[in-house]
Amino acid sequence: MTMGIGVEASDVSKTYGGKQALSGVGIGVKAGGIFAVLGPSGSGKSTLLRLLNLLERPDGGEIRFVDGGKSVHDGETMRRRMTLLLQRPVMLKNTVYGNVAYGLRLRGTDEREIEEKVRASLEQIGLEGFERRRASTLSGGEMQRVAFARAAVLRPELLLLDEFTANLDPPNIKMLEKAVKDYRESTGCTVILVSHNPFQAQRLAERCIFLLDGKVLGEGRIADVKETPDENVQAFFRGENV
Amino acid sequence: MALFVSTTATVLSSLVGLPLGALLAMKSFRGKWLMKTGVYALFALPAVVAGLIVYSLLSRSGPFGFLGWLFTPIGMVVAESLLIFPLVTGLTMSAVSDVDENVRLTMKTLGARDLQLALGIMKEARYGIFGAVMVAFGRAISEVGAVWIVGGNIEGSTQVITTAIVQRIQMGDLSTAYLLAVILLTIAFAIFLVIRKLQERI
Repeated sequence: MTMGIGVEASDVSKTYGGKQALSGVGIGVKAGGIFAVLGPSGSGKSTLLRLLNLLERPDGGEIRFVDGGKSVHDGETMRRRMTLLLQRPVMLKNTVYGNVAYGLRLRGTDEREIEEKVRASLEQIGLEGFERRRASTLSGGEMQRVAFARAAVLRPELLLLDEFTANLDPPNIKMLEKAVKDYRESTGCTVILVSHNPFQAQRLAERCIFLLDGKVLGEGRIADVKETPDENVQAFFRGENV
Repeated sequence: MALFVSTTATVLSSLVGLPLGALLAMKSFRGKWLMKTGVYALFALPAVVAGLIVYSLLSRSGPFGFLGWLFTPIGMVVAESLLIFPLVTGLTMSAVSDVDENVRLTMKTLGARDLQLALGIMKEARYGIFGAVMVAFGRAISEVGAVWIVGGNIEGSTQVITTAIVQRIQMGDLSTAYLLAVILLTIAFAIFLVIRKLQERI
């Protein structure tokens, strides 16, 4: 069983071209937990996820990864222990098999082992028999499922999901949410998901942070954050546009 | 001879042009804008000018005259390489630049390191890169001016099909010129057919 990695971020800030995307943001996610980053569009959620994935560096503050009580200092190693699933998945110009195998090949995995893992991973998301299909011919929902398989096959200890079911139909949403839950239960990995959908967050996560204009408005158990005495938070949880 | 010179020139210019084009597309450094402009400007390099430059370098009084490459197939390869190298570089640069930024991001999130990322992006741009090599080969095999100047059009030694066609026209032997033209087109068509088939398989 994969053990999850804990994440601690404190006082994180990020600016793009003079615009403050994040300001003094802090989160604490225990190993094996499911944590949601909530907020309306443009609130800095995706920026936070990119910083956590070490794709960019924060301008200020600190991000720490904790494994068994000890900090992981090597960013290069850490980057291979986590995966980020993007909102709009990009398929490589290859077959479905080639896409799912990509990360394993980067790690020099034996080709026979790759074959077994790719098949198992595709089976898990109901795409068995799709191996030889060109990935570019898939529907949006199928692409996102392949993207999930491509991420999960690497057995990440920290799974980052950026609006991973946006623009998908209910059956695909249901299937992907189940796949995330199953993956987490079978591996014990940590999951951080970004969503502007309060209902999805309540279905999947235990704790959350609410961001607005790059600042934290609430943090804690979802039920508690929902009660934050702020009109923006209240409206968000009622499913209204903020 | 035409095939040897064109193929060797295409291979040599690809060996340098592909990585250089990818580097210009992916990395930021001082002077990059000027280099890119220079590469694109060289697309318009006239064949006779390329021939003249190589002739000056390889002639007995030139800096590389001691190599004895003037009026030899090697000299012709050098001239054609100079002519098509900007095409391979510029078109590769353009193909790699066209790869979606999210592809790069996806590869990174899946754990690609710097070299793996560069190779992965080039693989994504492979159709454009194939196109670059095909255009370069097309220009090389249809070239007349540079190979004439540097090779001297010596029958049985440095004469290629294109220079032979020009010579036959000058001699008034049009039927042989037509025949050579058909042979040249057939060779070019057969080669591009093989390349296209290869392209479809990757």
